[in-house]
Amino acid sequence: MSYDTGTQRADANASSADDTNAQIASKLRALYLSVQEEAIPDRFLDLLEKLDAAERQSSDCSQE
Amino acid sequence: MTTTPDTTASFKREMLSALPSLRAFAMSLIGRHDRADDLVQDTIMKAWAKQDHFEMGTNMKAWLFTILRNELYSQMRKRGREVQDSDGFFTESLAQHPSQYGSLDLQDFRKALESLPSDQREAIILVGASGFSYEEAAEICGCALGTIKSRVNRARQRLQDILKINGEGDYGPDATSAPLTSRAFVS
Repeated sequence: MSYDTGTQRADANASSADDTNAQIASKLRALYLSVQEEAIPDRFLDLLEKLDAAERQSSDCSQE
Repeated sequence: MTTTPDTTASFKREMLSALPSLRAFAMSLIGRHDRADDLVQDTIMKAWAKQDHFEMGTNMKAWLFTILRNELYSQMRKRGREVQDSDGFFTESLAQHPSQYGSLDLQDFRKALESLPSDQREAIILVGASGFSYEEAAEICGCALGTIKSRVNRARQRLQDILKINGEGDYGPDATSAPLTSRAFVS
């Protein structure tokens, strides 16, 4: 193409690196969000309930 | 911190709100749901046992990430394994959770991420996806600020190279999210 001068090519390379960086950033976020947006599995909610209950029980006992 | 029912309740609440991100971090480090969730479970137990050491009002998310990371590396040392068992990771996890990895495009990206050394991978995830500052990431990884910056740069460079080879011209920039997300990389 007649308008593809060296300077324009250099500019194109620089902006293509920017584009690639932007793509990397958005794909990284997308991948992370695909897990982060899942509901918290029940096993963790149950675990926290149990830890909490165990602690309440032990502090009840120590107060008596 | 003295443990009272009140502080325990707010500790629990803050922990719950950090869990989705903690799981995403574990998953991006390990790559497999079953092992990532086991690690999250170990982290919850460790953190619960250490709740007296946590100062309310400080960054619960960073605290949990630090515990998870230490736990992972100490388990790895004991077992003498690499962070990931890359062999079979894709076949297995894709078979189990075919929808979880989004488009084919995203799967390619995940493969590229997997190919990074683990120190570079965790650095770019903490800064580029978990939303931590370079300073916080350095604290979580127990290393100098300059080290984190150079790990992130090397990770980014390597991903660029891989993606360029794989999909020259395939990727159109995502006009809505790219300007926002690329800010994460300004050091």
